[in-house]
Amino acid sequence: MAGERHVLTMLVDNKPGVLSRIVGLFSGRGFNIDSLCVAETVDPLISRITVVTKASSPEIEQIEKQLNKLINVIKLRTIAGPNSVQREMALIYVIAKNGQRSEILRIVDIFRGKIIDVGPEHFIIEVTGNEEKITAIINLLKPMGIKKLAKTGTVALFR
Amino acid sequence: MKENNEQKILTGAGILMEILKDEGVDTIFGYPGGAVIDIYDELSKTDIRHILVRHEQGAVHAADGYARAKGKTGVCLVTSGPGATNTVTGIASAYMDSIPLVILTGQVPTHLIGNDAFQEVDIVGITRPCTKHNYLVKRSEELAETLKEAFYIARSGRPGPVLVDIPKDIAKAEIPFTMPGEVNLRSYKPTYNPNQKQLQKIAALISESKRPVIFAGGGVVLSKGSAELTRLARKTTIPVTTALMGLGAFPASDPLWLGMIGMHGTFQANMSVGACDLLIAIGVRFDDRVTGRTDSFAPNAKIVHIDIDPTSIRKTISVSVPVVGDCRLTLENLNQMLEQTDSGGIYEKREKWLNQIREWKNSNPLSYQQAGIIKPQYVIDSLFTLTKGEAIITTEVGQNQMWAAQYYHFDSPGHFITSGGLGCMGFGLPAAIGAQVACPGKTVVDVAGDGSIQMNIQELATAVQYSLPVKIVILNNRYLGMVRQWQELFYEKRYSFTAMDHAPDFVRLAEAYGALGLRATKPEEVIPVLKEGLASDKTVVMDFIVEREESVYPMVPAGAPITEMLLV
Repeated sequence: MAGERHVLTMLVDNKPGVLSRIVGLFSGRGFNIDSLCVAETVDPLISRITVVTKASSPEIEQIEKQLNKLINVIKLRTIAGPNSVQREMALIYVIAKNGQRSEILRIVDIFRGKIIDVGPEHFIIEVTGNEEKITAIINLLKPMGIKKLAKTGTVALFR
Repeated sequence: MKENNEQKILTGAGILMEILKDEGVDTIFGYPGGAVIDIYDELSKTDIRHILVRHEQGAVHAADGYARAKGKTGVCLVTSGPGATNTVTGIASAYMDSIPLVILTGQVPTHLIGNDAFQEVDIVGITRPCTKHNYLVKRSEELAETLKEAFYIARSGRPGPVLVDIPKDIAKAEIPFTMPGEVNLRSYKPTYNPNQKQLQKIAALISESKRPVIFAGGGVVLSKGSAELTRLARKTTIPVTTALMGLGAFPASDPLWLGMIGMHGTFQANMSVGACDLLIAIGVRFDDRVTGRTDSFAPNAKIVHIDIDPTSIRKTISVSVPVVGDCRLTLENLNQMLEQTDSGGIYEKREKWLNQIREWKNSNPLSYQQAGIIKPQYVIDSLFTLTKGEAIITTEVGQNQMWAAQYYHFDSPGHFITSGGLGCMGFGLPAAIGAQVACPGKTVVDVAGDGSIQMNIQELATAVQYSLPVKIVILNNRYLGMVRQWQELFYEKRYSFTAMDHAPDFVRLAEAYGALGLRATKPEEVIPVLKEGLASDKTVVMDFIVEREESVYPMVPAGAPITEMLLV
């Protein structure tokens, strides 16, 4: 499906089944989800959901309208432009043999990542940033051997 | 209202009864079972009328028919597990047609939820995509508010079915009860009032247009906007077509009436939409059966689209002037605006257009030839004449539905009750039961086929038990006629499994149920049978043995432009 990347952020009732309504809407109507983040906000009655989707312009209009139609969606916005910040986080388990360890540390340093676990033959790296940055560090570490990778979806806010 | 601070102690079931009374519910369609036994026990102590159906699908369709005939929210009550799953088709149909329903389902006790208990099913999960909203009540304290919300959501905005799943222990538990205040949901605020600037644009387009058409749908019926629609059309001399769901929203006896649009629409309606320069669409959602190929739908027109549901707008058709608002309110505002503007010379402006439409109408009117074997169209035609067009018609789905739509001419809303969006066979009989319960003095006729009537024929027992004088007209061609028609036209007459070579003797079946059974096998028997059936105060099944391979025309092949019709 052709389409641009869109970041949707919404405040929803923090109730059982709400996530299922949103995910079900996407699958039932044939929209796609690239990534999804859900967590409680400062107000425990409200959660924030961030969805990244690829959609054409009539499609994204329909996605927004359909989401807004859900009774549990309180507020919905499409996040884009210089007035917004977007971040992802990745935990990267990379093979770190002698001879490569300092190279990995340099890369981590450049990307302002953190080593959060060290073993004789591995590091676990924590890194946050926008989608491009995360993709870039993963690509740089790939030759060393990424054994495991856990990524969050995008979270975003307007300034 | 006087302040009442004294709290009553009630069971969940008792609270439910209080809310039902508060919502003005006087009739429920349902079927008891273990998980709702406490609710039924409480129900028996109230004045609420309960109609015991024979299958839960029937309960939902009946509530649907009731809601449409009465113009209020329909309510049904069923048990957990299979009781709940049997409602799904009915709920999906009501959802597609935006019918306000509250479906109350029993659930296993809260401590058993998730244990695969006896008659447990996750009905909230199952019905999530086919309800406007749904709830599982997990705490007694939430019950009253949840029920109030359910009724509010069902009837407000674009109406729809709302399901409330009530565990057995919640129905049993006693708690203090106070009637909740007015419902206020921060995340749900339907837009009723139209944007005035958009209306000005419409007014300007109307005054400029040489070839305008109004296309109205179920939204006009639901918002009770028919009078305003008629006012608009007459004031501006704009011809009107409707979707299947909109039949009755504009009087079929009016000279501006074009007939229905779409796959089986009239020649003049489809041609007019194809040629118009302005299409005013009101309370419609541009279903594929209406538009045919979308890129050649109303290709020369500026399209105005008025609907209360923003998702309906620009879903399939791009529009020039979108208006989100209640159809009746929007039409009312528009009419007021137009009344203040000078409409001088508007009729002269339209004359050429109206003449063109008349030409189309005369060149290819709806027609059939009644010869040796009963034509289904003749049955509907005669039914229309004998009931003076005043009956409430429900339908099943397929050819029977289309012939009813084409040959019964509706002058007022709430008289044509059909499963439009979902196209659900087995709808007509229970819907007729619901409509008859809503309107005891009216003639209610279910136009059926021999296939679809068998999908919920058990509801004959319901009709007879409550002495409901519902009339069932079976257009019996021993085929699943609409599919057979497609096979004839597009599959080289390979009638793959559409022949219903064995059916019960509907006359004797009717008698077995305690209804009156009549049959017509020759054209000259049609009117006497209809007369006898309509005159009876019993539930009547009329079996018309019709031309087997009659087809519905005009027909637009699926995916073709609606102006490319197969004619008789």
